[in-house]
Amino acid sequence: MINTFFYTLGQGIRNVFRNKWFTLASLATISACLFVFGIFLAVVFNVNHIVKTVEEGVSVTVYFNEDVSQERIDQIQDLVKGRPEVYRCDFISADEAWAEFSQKLGENAEGFTENPLANSENLQIYLSDVSKQADLVNYLGSVEGVRKINKSELTANTLSGVKAVVTYVSIGMIALLLAVSIFLISNTVTIGISVRKEEIGIMKYVGATDFFVRAPFVFEGIIIGMIGSAIPVAVLYFLYNAAFEFLKTNFSFLNDYISYVPVETVFSWLAPISLAIGIGIGFFGSFFTVRKHLRV
Amino acid sequence: MAEKRKISREKGDDSNRNVIYLENVNIAYSDANGVPALMNINLKIKKGEFVFIVGDSGSGKSTLIKLLLKELTADSGRVIVNGYDLTRMKHNKVPKFRRGLGVVFQDFRLLKDRNVYENVAFAQRIVMRPEREIRKNVPNMLSLVGLAGKYKAKPKQLSGGEQQRVAVARALVNRPTILLADEPTGNLDYRNTNDIMKLLEKVNENGTTVVVVTHNRDIVNEMQKRVITLKQGVIVSDEKEGAYIDD
Repeated sequence: MINTFFYTLGQGIRNVFRNKWFTLASLATISACLFVFGIFLAVVFNVNHIVKTVEEGVSVTVYFNEDVSQERIDQIQDLVKGRPEVYRCDFISADEAWAEFSQKLGENAEGFTENPLANSENLQIYLSDVSKQADLVNYLGSVEGVRKINKSELTANTLSGVKAVVTYVSIGMIALLLAVSIFLISNTVTIGISVRKEEIGIMKYVGATDFFVRAPFVFEGIIIGMIGSAIPVAVLYFLYNAAFEFLKTNFSFLNDYISYVPVETVFSWLAPISLAIGIGIGFFGSFFTVRKHLRV
Repeated sequence: MAEKRKISREKGDDSNRNVIYLENVNIAYSDANGVPALMNINLKIKKGEFVFIVGDSGSGKSTLIKLLLKELTADSGRVIVNGYDLTRMKHNKVPKFRRGLGVVFQDFRLLKDRNVYENVAFAQRIVMRPEREIRKNVPNMLSLVGLAGKYKAKPKQLSGGEQQRVAVARALVNRPTILLADEPTGNLDYRNTNDIMKLLEKVNENGTTVVVVTHNRDIVNEMQKRVITLKQGVIVSDEKEGAYIDD
């Protein structure tokens, strides 16, 4: 059994070199499909990341009634922090608020002897999902001690809309790309194996089991799938880094507004997904295509 | 194995001697609106026999070979080859059954991308022979068919006769009890035809049952072996030392 395994594995490896045109056609198809898939995935990752970064910058500000104790404010802060949609909740005291504001005023702030923003202590709340802003505002409205809630409805709604569009378009495009890739790659595998129908027939006449006939084709499919997915992943890795550096250098003004997803994060997803698709298609494509020719 | 023992008990001594046993076999062409390919075939071939199956195109010769190879299954009747009941055999048992047969085709059917040695060794690898045995058996077999010096050649570097001898070597390397040859000389010239037939005769003398499907009148008449003649799916004659019957 071990002998058979290594023999069929050896045959699979040999087949990769023997059937050069089939190998090249399959590699080209798999690589091209996964390359496009990879570019799209990288773009989706970055768009999502940018949306998320902007989203996290959107805050809701909560002001309190004048007679509210610091203890109650702390309680409210804890309640807010406990909510799942809240990403961060900072307490800003009246002094801190004035210090920040007076910095903006510059020399004009010098005329004030007392803090004009007394009673303006507040909670600065950042959301992990801005679409939940309305829920949070509703909740805060019912909390005892809360005087006023400042929010940016327009920003939140726009971001929620952009996020929804990006999510649906990504899912649609990824599904479409996957379907096209699977169709193209399976077709190449089918044609490549059909050409060798005679070889399969000879093996069967001599008394080869289905496993013995199929195994080299399956190994061959896995090897081609593996190489075919590794090529675009490697190319994309260098391209991504280059594009990253290019944008940073030539569009440095964007750096203040946009942060890019690090290459490692994108590739921690892209590499396993591509490999799984490549190997999966190589395996299942050859497994099922050979099956058609085994009934000899 | 159980299937094989059961048949031996059922048929008693008769099946031990008959390596091929067909009883009331009928089969129709699946792609020709059920036109019969073989009708009511009864046939017994004993161990060690040399048999020619002859007939015109469409007489059912190839269908008969396909039945014996379990490439086709009879619509009715029984087909027992080498003790295996092919009418009841499941797909996963076919490889084991075929390893007891040697098969030679008109178009040689060699693996084109492998050399002579690998083509013959392939049959041994399928039955999981150890490598050291393969290294001993394959050269022996190639010597027997006169191709010891060409073990590295690819099929396309060989003549038709040489390719057929490789096919014979591949068919024999696992020491089958039956050798089925479907038009083995169909693509060969006179000299190569004679060489191949002599080789098959030698194989038969060593105890292997040989069944040759052919329409080569000369070799049939020359060799004076048992001749079964098919016509339109029916056995019209079965002569012990027969000759090719013309229409």
